[in-house]
Amino acid sequence: MSRQVNRRPEGGRIDRDRSLGFTFNGRRYTGFAGDTLASALLANGVMLVGRSFKFHRPRGIFSCGAEEPNAIVQLGAGARTEPNLRATQIELFEGLEAASVNCWPSVEFDAGAVSDWFSRLMPAGFYYKTFMWPARFWPQYEYVIRHAAGLGRAPAEKDPDRYEKFHVHCDVLVAGGGPAGLAAAFAAGRSGARVILADEHSEFGGALLGLGAGIGGKPAIEWVESTVGKLRGMAEVRLLPRSTVFGYYDHNDLGIAERVTDHLGPAAPPGPPRQRLWKVRAKQVVLAAGAHERPLVFADNDRPGVMLASAAQAYVNRYAVRPGERAVVVTNNDSAYQVALDLDDAGVKVAALVDLRPAPEGPLADALRDRGIDVLGGRAVVATSGGRRVDAVEVGRLNDDADRIVGGTRRINCDLVCVSGGWNPAVHLFSQSRGKLRFDAAGACFTPGDSYQAERSAGACNGAFRLADCLAQGLAAGAAAARDAGFRKGRAPAAPKAPEPEAAPLRAVWRIPLPGDRARGAKQFVDLQHDVTAADVALAAREGYAAVEHLKRYTTTGMGTDQGKTSNVNALGILGQVTGTDIAGVGATTFRPPYTPVGYGLLAGRDVDHLFDPARRTPMHAWHESVGAVFEDVGQWKRAWYYPRGAESMRAAVDRECLAVRNSVGIVDASTLGKIDVQGADALELLNRVYTNAWDTLKPGRCRYGLMLGEDGMLFDDGVTSCLGENHYHMTTTTGGAERVLAWLEQWLQTEWPRLKVYLTSVTTHWAVAAIQGPNARRLLAELCDDVDLGAFPFMSWRDGTVAGIPARIFRVSFSGELSYEINVPSSLGVALWQALMTAGARYGITPYGTEAMLVLRAEKGYVVVGHDTDGTVTPQDLGMDWIVSKKKKDFLGKRSFARSDTARPDRKHLVGLLTEDPREVVPEGSQIVEEVRPAPPMPMGGHVTSSYWSAALGRSIAMALLVNGRNRHGETVTISLPDRNVRAAVTKPVFYDPEGEKLRA
Amino acid sequence: MLEITCPWCGPRDETEFDYGGEAHIDRPKDPDKLTDEAWAEYLFMRKNPKGPHLERWMHACGCRRWFNVRRDTFTHEITAVYRMGEKPPGDGA
Amino acid sequence: MAKYSIFSLLRNARDDHQNWPRVWRSPEPKDAYDVVIIGGGGHGLATAYYLAREHGITSVAVLEKGWLGGGNTARNTTIVRSNYLWDESAAIYDKSLKLWEGLSQELNFNVMFSQRGVLNLAHNQHDLRDLSRRINAIRLNGVDSEFLTPAEIKAFCPILNTSPKARYPILGASLQRRGGNARHDAVAWGYARAADARGVDIIQNCEVTGIRRKGRKVVGVETTRGVIKTGKVASVAAGHTSVVAAMAGLRLPIESHPLQALVSEPIKPVLDTVVMSGLVHVYVSQSDRGELIMGAGIDAHNSYAQRSGLHTIEHMMASIIELFPLVSRLRMMRQWAGVVDICPDASPIVGKTPVEGFYINGGWGTGGFKATPGSGWAFAYTIANDRPHPLNEPFALERFSSGRLIDEHGAAGVAH
Repeated sequence: MSRQVNRRPEGGRIDRDRSLGFTFNGRRYTGFAGDTLASALLANGVMLVGRSFKFHRPRGIFSCGAEEPNAIVQLGAGARTEPNLRATQIELFEGLEAASVNCWPSVEFDAGAVSDWFSRLMPAGFYYKTFMWPARFWPQYEYVIRHAAGLGRAPAEKDPDRYEKFHVHCDVLVAGGGPAGLAAAFAAGRSGARVILADEHSEFGGALLGLGAGIGGKPAIEWVESTVGKLRGMAEVRLLPRSTVFGYYDHNDLGIAERVTDHLGPAAPPGPPRQRLWKVRAKQVVLAAGAHERPLVFADNDRPGVMLASAAQAYVNRYAVRPGERAVVVTNNDSAYQVALDLDDAGVKVAALVDLRPAPEGPLADALRDRGIDVLGGRAVVATSGGRRVDAVEVGRLNDDADRIVGGTRRINCDLVCVSGGWNPAVHLFSQSRGKLRFDAAGACFTPGDSYQAERSAGACNGAFRLADCLAQGLAAGAAAARDAGFRKGRAPAAPKAPEPEAAPLRAVWRIPLPGDRARGAKQFVDLQHDVTAADVALAAREGYAAVEHLKRYTTTGMGTDQGKTSNVNALGILGQVTGTDIAGVGATTFRPPYTPVGYGLLAGRDVDHLFDPARRTPMHAWHESVGAVFEDVGQWKRAWYYPRGAESMRAAVDRECLAVRNSVGIVDASTLGKIDVQGADALELLNRVYTNAWDTLKPGRCRYGLMLGEDGMLFDDGVTSCLGENHYHMTTTTGGAERVLAWLEQWLQTEWPRLKVYLTSVTTHWAVAAIQGPNARRLLAELCDDVDLGAFPFMSWRDGTVAGIPARIFRVSFSGELSYEINVPSSLGVALWQALMTAGARYGITPYGTEAMLVLRAEKGYVVVGHDTDGTVTPQDLGMDWIVSKKKKDFLGKRSFARSDTARPDRKHLVGLLTEDPREVVPEGSQIVEEVRPAPPMPMGGHVTSSYWSAALGRSIAMALLVNGRNRHGETVTISLPDRNVRAAVTKPVFYDPEGEKLRA
Repeated sequence: MLEITCPWCGPRDETEFDYGGEAHIDRPKDPDKLTDEAWAEYLFMRKNPKGPHLERWMHACGCRRWFNVRRDTFTHEITAVYRMGEKPPGDGA
Repeated sequence: MAKYSIFSLLRNARDDHQNWPRVWRSPEPKDAYDVVIIGGGGHGLATAYYLAREHGITSVAVLEKGWLGGGNTARNTTIVRSNYLWDESAAIYDKSLKLWEGLSQELNFNVMFSQRGVLNLAHNQHDLRDLSRRINAIRLNGVDSEFLTPAEIKAFCPILNTSPKARYPILGASLQRRGGNARHDAVAWGYARAADARGVDIIQNCEVTGIRRKGRKVVGVETTRGVIKTGKVASVAAGHTSVVAAMAGLRLPIESHPLQALVSEPIKPVLDTVVMSGLVHVYVSQSDRGELIMGAGIDAHNSYAQRSGLHTIEHMMASIIELFPLVSRLRMMRQWAGVVDICPDASPIVGKTPVEGFYINGGWGTGGFKATPGSGWAFAYTIANDRPHPLNEPFALERFSSGRLIDEHGAAGVAH
């Protein structure tokens, strides 16, 4: 275990009483509570943490937040491992394990670094120009490319953690809890508005946590603590730390990812979810997301030890860590001056402050000079040297146009280079909200322009970089947001004073020129994660990939896990420079959600495993399970498929079940059938309009089968509808069609036929349905029902009665071709009915049968199943069901489409029966009929087998098919082409059993 | 996610609604008199504008009522909600 | 056109890549062209390329309102396959697949077409029946397609959850080994470079604002960069087909919808094929950069917004975890949407229109990327000869009147 060599003896927002042990790349270290993994590593003197994506160059900790391009680690092991986390955002916990990604065998000695030797051959987009010869080698080339790419590794096991979601409304959502966000939340909160303040860090305060600044004459942190205290006291304000507002969607819908227990590691309690997704509909939004510091682009600006100036400042102040011993600060603006002072205060020797601007002046420059720190104006760091860590910088003088280095260069030894190229407002959420960005020439950055949704930006994300402005803008934005949300109380409180020296303008230099003797070849990185250099940007422009999106896609700049937070604007600046336009003319790429990556598990929430799509079960489900039924999924329903006895095969079970129905009696759970109660003065008219046949003659007590078509004339559902009384019908639909049919009827009634008085109620799950079918069905029913005259209960009629003491509605309809009663009882009594039928049926050998036997039985009769024998391209005529299409009705849905030239063709595909020459041959459903047998495909096809079964009752196979002109081909022999052989079959009528329907009406 | 104001239930998330496409396409009174082309016009042809669109929505997870919406298909701004049978306010789309 | 190869790369490395030529010129629009193509995406550029290469027509302008390949070419999930049910679809998509197979060499631009196979999963008996029908039809059309059992699926794609206890168990799959994916941007760039080399003018930032007609005949287009005379205007403006057609006074059976897609952060290879599920409603592959790239269904409402919403993504995530439980701890890096134009039968419209000299290629819905070469090839023939090629004849606008639709709704059961 190593000592924290770089820890300052005191200060910082860490708890020195809570020492935490952790491992990185297998080595043990300690840090303190309040550290991030990055600050703890720096405290232990670890700067080299990763390797770059393409060239495997050594990389160090570069930032202290979400913009980190380099310090990407694999956290944890086993089922809880997580790839590609940023060390700068991981809160340290006891027992944390992390490792560098994309390097082998270790981050210090990475074999992949040989690719840096060939980097000349790998400019932007090189892969588009090569790997094409020989063509058949591409898979091998690609194998290498794929294995070189990718950062961390996915876990190999299922995620053991739980994720939850909150759906909330609020008046004002404040995104970001720095000075502007805290001020905004305070101003909005005191009006009484419901406020949510979300911040991605573990504590509120934002940049103030790392600054030594003062507010109202006191240290800024006191203002932070007092403001947070006041907010805690407001009943309608909800504070969400560790919560990233990651997406801004339409109509002020925002997504927040809250990390609930991540920071606790293995000590996380079992109760709360690991993370929580907040889906917020906000009346008003205040964006206070801060800004990211921009690096400078110079040669070898990627060496470990090169760090954003504000990050170095945060490490010394907030984490009490010295990120180096001897620093050079290089800047084009004022903000880094305070960094140099803070470093000096922390005992980091500041070798020089290099300012791109010619004549640095002002109190800060004076303060540095007073401390004996060199302030070098008009100069820039042009290059660095070093191995796995920077050991010196080279400083040269810029000419007036900043496109040349004049004179020689000077070497300054250092192990830390703090860079500041100005600031990029975090306009991500603003841009996602569809707001238009504008380019601010003074700050050389994009700032929010016209708003699109109900939002306003405040503070650094609005281009206000001075603390006093952040506070004032935050207060004003919070108050205005509350007012616009309907809370008119009070005005914005006065902003506290936060004195700062006047800032001098920055000097935008997008790419530091190289000294004349090295005009080319040096790597000046723009995108550290994807190894994109200034030369790559220039190459893209030279080749014509000069549109911003082309540049991004061709060079891959900004497409890494950091989403270009430190690289995009520099890339655009350089592009503008090489194409001779300015950056405003180049424009920005679109910001897309999320702001920082969001976990899949979090987005899925609880919709995983059995809750992915809750299954529906019938009231008798447990009974089916208890006798060992095998289930199949039919839509969301679990239906009993067949009931094997002991080691019985599926085929044997289905044969047995079918024969039981044909010979005695079977029982099937038909509860899933869709059921709609139809009432109203115009119920009959509705039936006439939506079914193909006529309904006027249907009397109370009677049932009728109907087909429903889309307006395109194609069959989409079928079922039996019964007349319960005057203006009252009970409609049944297919199991899968229940919701669709209800919606279809409702739509027509409400939109096209609002004058029809019809009321629809879905009663699918009100009824449990047991259908008893077979020659003994009547005898069985008679034993349990004495209040219905079964002798005067004809086919296609229904009766109310009592079955086994349960009030029931009995339909004499059949889907098996046998004498059959579908007994409907209230759902809660379904099991009682079922058991009574089983008990009473024992003497008939009553046999429960599943959906497979049901399908065989109906196929023997030639009954079609919508969606099984049809596919949305089939008309009633195609099925030979012209008999059910009314010729008298003037109109019904879909009728007109029959007359279209293609729909009216006599030689469309028709439903036929098929009998294979070998009666034992059951061809698979979905087999194709070929019109001409050839030794090999292609072969012209004439149709396909829609249903195919072994019929135990007939002792042979049967099949149905849709066949071109099939109705006129009965008696012909056709060939069914299977992958390994051909099968010949005779075309017949699609009815195989009891064609006259005698059993049905028995 | 859009927020749609159901005329009966008030503002609700888009996920509570079903979409019904272009509004004000009347079913022809006498389809048999139409040519195949005219029938296809009713069946399939749509304005599909980039801009204001008069369309139908149904509050599927609420009152299950259909109603009309004028929504811009580019900006997603909803500028009118009106009941079935009513004419679009103002100059329509 | 400077030839790309390892040798030219070596040569250019010597002088630090200072001398690579432009991939395409950036000409000012001329006053007149033989053919004006509206839309500089993959399909439009392919059309221009094949007009020049196959038909010798080089007085062609491709007008792009934004940046080349910036529409659905840039926004799709790059799946290429030809395992379609109906004969008409199989013919045009397989023509396309055959062109894909030699495309990098043909264009001398590596489009990274990678035949890593496409799996379509079946989760219940209905799916299995449908899969069997498709596999047989596809095979008999001379296109490769095979059935995999759950054990074979596990061997082929180990990270799929093949447990029979899953909410949506995987009962089987079809596999088209010749399917796979390609690098989407490269397709646009490669066609643009090759078309440009043959004299086609590619004009970016040039939006067509009107189509000029004399009687029933096209005579030119109005653009943000002036009027261009032409006797043939070809609309290849995926997503915006209705908008362009309206300029020619046509209404189409097309509606535009947003299609959502997303990528994960890059990880080391875990998925070496394309997996699609209609029922679980998602499709996914892993890019050469290591990102899992996935998409799902379209938003129900009409939209031209290229906006992404969260609820669609949440459902997509639940779906992907159902199929691949181990992705739960990966993270979404980017989400976006493209605007797709969809026909009632989920098949495209490629051909002539009632307006003389106005041709339409659109309505590809969610699956246009894979068709890029074949679509451009057949459309170029149609424009050059003023009559459809047998490959695209069935995809005529007239089918909506006759009722001869090519219903590919179940093509994958899911947008793709």
